[in-house]
Amino acid sequence: MRETPSPLLPLALEGVGFSAGGRPILSGVDLVLDAGPRTVILGPNGAGKSVLMRICHGLVAPTAGRVRWAHPERPGEARRQAMVFQRPVLLRRSVLGNLLFALAVARVPQRERDGRAYAALDRVGLLNYAGRPARVLSGGEQQRLALARAWLLQPEVLFLDEPTANLDPGATREIEAIVQSIHASGTKIVMITHNLGQAQRVGDEVLFLDRGRIAERAPVERFFRHPATAEADAFLKGELPWH
Amino acid sequence: MSTFSAAFGEAFRLIGSLDPKLIEIVQLSLAVSLSAVTISTLVALPVGAALAVARFPGRDALVVVVNALLGLPAVVVGLAIYLLLSRAGPLGAFGILFTPAAMVVAQAVLIFPLIAALARQAVADAWREYAEQLRSLGAGPVAASLALLHDLRFSLVTIVLAAFGRAIAEVGAVMIVGGNIDGVTRVMTTAIALETSKGDLPLALGLGIVLLAIVLVLNVVAHFLKERAQRHHA
Repeated sequence: MRETPSPLLPLALEGVGFSAGGRPILSGVDLVLDAGPRTVILGPNGAGKSVLMRICHGLVAPTAGRVRWAHPERPGEARRQAMVFQRPVLLRRSVLGNLLFALAVARVPQRERDGRAYAALDRVGLLNYAGRPARVLSGGEQQRLALARAWLLQPEVLFLDEPTANLDPGATREIEAIVQSIHASGTKIVMITHNLGQAQRVGDEVLFLDRGRIAERAPVERFFRHPATAEADAFLKGELPWH
Repeated sequence: MSTFSAAFGEAFRLIGSLDPKLIEIVQLSLAVSLSAVTISTLVALPVGAALAVARFPGRDALVVVVNALLGLPAVVVGLAIYLLLSRAGPLGAFGILFTPAAMVVAQAVLIFPLIAALARQAVADAWREYAEQLRSLGAGPVAASLALLHDLRFSLVTIVLAAFGRAIAEVGAVMIVGGNIDGVTRVMTTAIALETSKGDLPLALGLGIVLLAIVLVLNVVAHFLKERAQRHHA
């Protein structure tokens, strides 16, 4: 399915900083994200997780430093990375219509669109919902549709910004299962979460952000058992009682 | 019986009997205003969307100007179009002054700021919600604007209906550029003004009642479209 032989990854951030209105949100972020392991971004509120993800995805330009993809996307070409947001933004069209729109934007030939869209709906269990207005789906169904839309073009990287923050445990598990399938199909997963159980279920490695800096990066197992920094230790101690 | 109630009785008789003169005036009114709304909408919606989505120097100034033009007095539009279309004017060669075409132009210009300003506001509000998602999908400014206009279609219909209401109820501009010529450029509003000053109250009243009915029907349609959209799309 993937037509681009030269890979986007690895993604390298070099001295990336971001400040808004004179207030620093990120500073001195050096980071390499490679294909393969599922990366979970953890950190307290206001640590800069969402801004970091938006900078990686190209929605926000850093105010310092550089973002370098191995083979960057070119404007006018279909995107090879996708993002799923905390609150899915669906168009006021049918479930199928939302996918067809994304395919049209990506300049997928007309005759391929229906087939691809239905296949994507099937993968997230929404095949029977194709004709329904997208906005009347439940929160969990909307997020599954958002995942189907992100998965449509077999992206090389999928960014997820707290995709289950507003969902009940059942819907959360469904989303996690879909994320696993997307990963299994060869897509790099980068996910922000506040749910430490989810971080352990979905992640291979943890990127711990604290006050705009990467405080620690470690395999999931090690991070939760032996956090190397005092900040991570305090974060885990503070968060765990609620999970 | 007072002249007042007699005039009302006669007005309803004119409407009920589909008086040819009354029908002709109503038809011309509808034709002129529908044309004006169609033309203006086709230009104003993309302009409104572009003002909401695109970033270019002078955009804020343009937004202020369009918003200010919302209060454009109809007679001033009429005067400006009159000067443009008059024989000595820059567009005089078209020779459309005192024709229905001139009235279409005047009404289209009159309602352009209304549609553009309200559409810009609606699209700008939606853009705040949609921007990141649409950019994430790789939609450029044109694709994003079209997607927003499509998503806002029910709100935009209300805006367009409001514009049609303003166009068909307007008298100053069409009077100046149309000339209120019997059988050629006489529309409901100009006929009402003329017949009232002549003292022919029944025809003026009959037209007034039809005009009110049209405006009322428009608002009913707008209301139900909105209701339906809210039920359907949450």
